[in-house]
Amino acid sequence: MDLALSDEQQMVVDTVRRFVREEIVPLEADLDPDAGALHPDDFDRLVGVTKEMGFYGLDIPAEFGGPGLDVTTRALMAIEMSQHRAGLYNPCYGTFGGAGLAQLYEATEDQKERYLFPALRGEKKGCFALTEPSGGSDPARAIQTKGHLDGGEWILNGSKLYISGADKADFALVFARTSDDPGRNGVTAFIVDTDTPGFNVLRVVHTLRSTHYATEIQFDEMRVPVGNVLGEVNRGFAIANDRLSRQRIPYAAGCLGAAIKAQEMAIDWAKNRETFGGLLAEKQAIQWMIVDNEIDIRHARYCILEAAQRADRGERFRTEAAMAKLVASEASGRVVDRAMQIHGGLGMTKDLPLERWYRELRIRRVGEGPSEVQRLIMAREILGGSFK
Amino acid sequence: MSGLDIRNEWHALTSDNIAALPAQLGVYEIADEAGTTLKIGYAGGHSLFGMRSVLEEELAEHGEVTFRHEFTHGYLTRWNELLMVHHASHGELPPGNHDHNQPLGTLSPGTQNTPQQNGAN
Repeated sequence: MDLALSDEQQMVVDTVRRFVREEIVPLEADLDPDAGALHPDDFDRLVGVTKEMGFYGLDIPAEFGGPGLDVTTRALMAIEMSQHRAGLYNPCYGTFGGAGLAQLYEATEDQKERYLFPALRGEKKGCFALTEPSGGSDPARAIQTKGHLDGGEWILNGSKLYISGADKADFALVFARTSDDPGRNGVTAFIVDTDTPGFNVLRVVHTLRSTHYATEIQFDEMRVPVGNVLGEVNRGFAIANDRLSRQRIPYAAGCLGAAIKAQEMAIDWAKNRETFGGLLAEKQAIQWMIVDNEIDIRHARYCILEAAQRADRGERFRTEAAMAKLVASEASGRVVDRAMQIHGGLGMTKDLPLERWYRELRIRRVGEGPSEVQRLIMAREILGGSFK
Repeated sequence: MSGLDIRNEWHALTSDNIAALPAQLGVYEIADEAGTTLKIGYAGGHSLFGMRSVLEEELAEHGEVTFRHEFTHGYLTRWNELLMVHHASHGELPPGNHDHNQPLGTLSPGTQNTPQQNGAN
């Protein structure tokens, strides 16, 4: 595998790195350590900058007006974009724009007009409502939200848990069971306007994450037009599953970015902090932590780039993406933990971003499929046959 | 009154009561004598002495009104939740939050039954 970057990729990396260091990090100094948003004036100005750079709407396909980046370049950007305090869950505070909900690229023309295009123009926001109180690791079997036809409309009843952005969304992609099949063949995807009677956001779910909270939502006799079914009836899980696989590479890359920055901070601190008559960097205990960090970082980087390059070559990358997600989320947690140890008491405080990354990286081992599910995915592919 | 409001009792906003508080992070609500909410705020990571510092500032601005508080490290998400709950029941934010410059979500707390407490992921 060739880990060297092309000239174009190196230029992209340098540009994003400069943007983070010169535009984002200075603004963060004045924000609350747990902040998740820039002042609106700063946000608007920086969106103008990313548009000028040609990187706005990173994940929008070229045919819909996006930059059309390959997976490897997108992963390299994600590594850079998360190298600031809020970077794990709000890389560059959203100034590179979003992609709407990727599933909507498969929508009907009418649905695209009503939901996708307004989302791409920034006029509407969507949220993804899959996980339920009954479980999220095995969503195909856990979904208990029920949908049944009543004349020209579907009626949905049930609830969803840990849904990000439902309280601010204009529409939600809701997955509900619409047949007696208890598995993945009985699930349908619905596009639901959040002002539909019966769509209720019950509460904020407080977690280790200090911003971009999750919510619990409930559907009470919620009526959805048949024209709002996304894809085929009872074939909605494939839509959810596609998103889960696709997300793993940039998700892993975001974890790695925080680890790289933490290691940079740890090295800088170790080279300057004196204890017992010498620098921390002279102590073998500290040197080993720095080396273990480097091993974790390079391991994660290798896995991410391997998965991304396979995806770019059009090869199967399910195992590699699962491995990248598992390795990067776990390794980055270890790196930040060691960086805190090297910093001592200072590492525990809100004066540095380490404590925020420490909390948020713990969630990354569960979010987008926990480590155990990633191992399950890999085992199925490695063992194959009857073990699937 | 929603089950999502701050649960602690109201106290007079006085220097003595503020001095008795630990210098921790969290959220607070202040109200006038009639019980009308004047502001919902938080003591964040930049507050010098946590809740004590921000309530001293409120005392200087509002005089001896009443306050209730809740200590939490998730002060920003809890603060957002309290603003949404207030907006859901009053149709607007408290006067002291009219300069809020971030998009505020919409909750329907009145429809809730018992919040889920299980460990689903």
